[in-house]
Amino acid sequence: MVKIAVLGDTESIKGFAAVGLDIFPCDHDDDAPSVFKRIVDADYGVIYITEHMASLLSKEIEKTDECLTPSVVPIPGAGGNTGIGTARLKEAVEKAVGSDIIFNK
Amino acid sequence: MAVLNVNPTRMELTRLKKQLTTAVRGHKLLKDKRDELMRQFLDTIRETKTLREEFEEKMADINAGFVLSSGLMSEQSLDTALLCPKQEVTLKAGVKNIMSVDIPVYDIKTRTSDESDIFSYGFASTSFELDDAVSGLAKLLPLMLRLAEKEKAVKLMASEIEKTRRRVNALEHVLIPRYRETIHFIAGKLEENDRSSRARLMKVKDMIATQQIEYKKSHPEAM
Repeated sequence: MVKIAVLGDTESIKGFAAVGLDIFPCDHDDDAPSVFKRIVDADYGVIYITEHMASLLSKEIEKTDECLTPSVVPIPGAGGNTGIGTARLKEAVEKAVGSDIIFNK
Repeated sequence: MAVLNVNPTRMELTRLKKQLTTAVRGHKLLKDKRDELMRQFLDTIRETKTLREEFEEKMADINAGFVLSSGLMSEQSLDTALLCPKQEVTLKAGVKNIMSVDIPVYDIKTRTSDESDIFSYGFASTSFELDDAVSGLAKLLPLMLRLAEKEKAVKLMASEIEKTRRRVNALEHVLIPRYRETIHFIAGKLEENDRSSRARLMKVKDMIATQQIEYKKSHPEAM
């Protein structure tokens, strides 16, 4: 059994509590790395993270990319979509193919 | 290309020839693996792209709903409504193996089986935008999990493809040519040795023959 965590500012992730996911509110950017580390250590299988947080934690997220768990997924927060989720996929295509042939439209 | 630092012996030659066959076979297998991985990767990335687009579109609506309701309701009542969930979600995680890459497979488990029974609050004190947002989010959950699954698969496959490609290139452009060259070098060296010993033998034979003739000339009585 794996649990699902949601990390982000309170405003953006409050709703996820209602559907039964574990939320980790983090309203100060400085706390983000420690909260993220706590989630990773707590053995969560899937971590949804607001795009703003994802941009702060890009190094930490990169580390988790090589492992099977956790799966870190950026989600648009209340502030809107910044395109980090798509950028991550783009990166993967560039890594695998050599140049981006999927998102370059 | 540098020739490997080996002794030019027949034993070394057989050993290298064996290694070359293995390297060529490995190269072919890895190339096949890379091609198949790439095919699967492209399928997965296309799927992930549509999933992500769909997800981001729906999420924007849901976020708008939450923001609206937070404007209409007091923070306390919103917190009371949302932060005591009725629903609980756990995942059953499995592992699928695609071309030696382990990718996760998630199976969602919720505590309340009824999909409409997810609201953890009464409808009297909350705005209808909140109801929409919460039910929308609950409906979005399976898609979010599929997205998590696929994005992880994409990441893992991308790094595996990169690794495999490096191996293929190393075999094709470094290891195999080096083996070929070394084999060529040893074969040449052995032939050279062969020729020189043959020449020496001929020379020796020649010398013996001359000696015999001269001996016969100086000792005619020995005939």
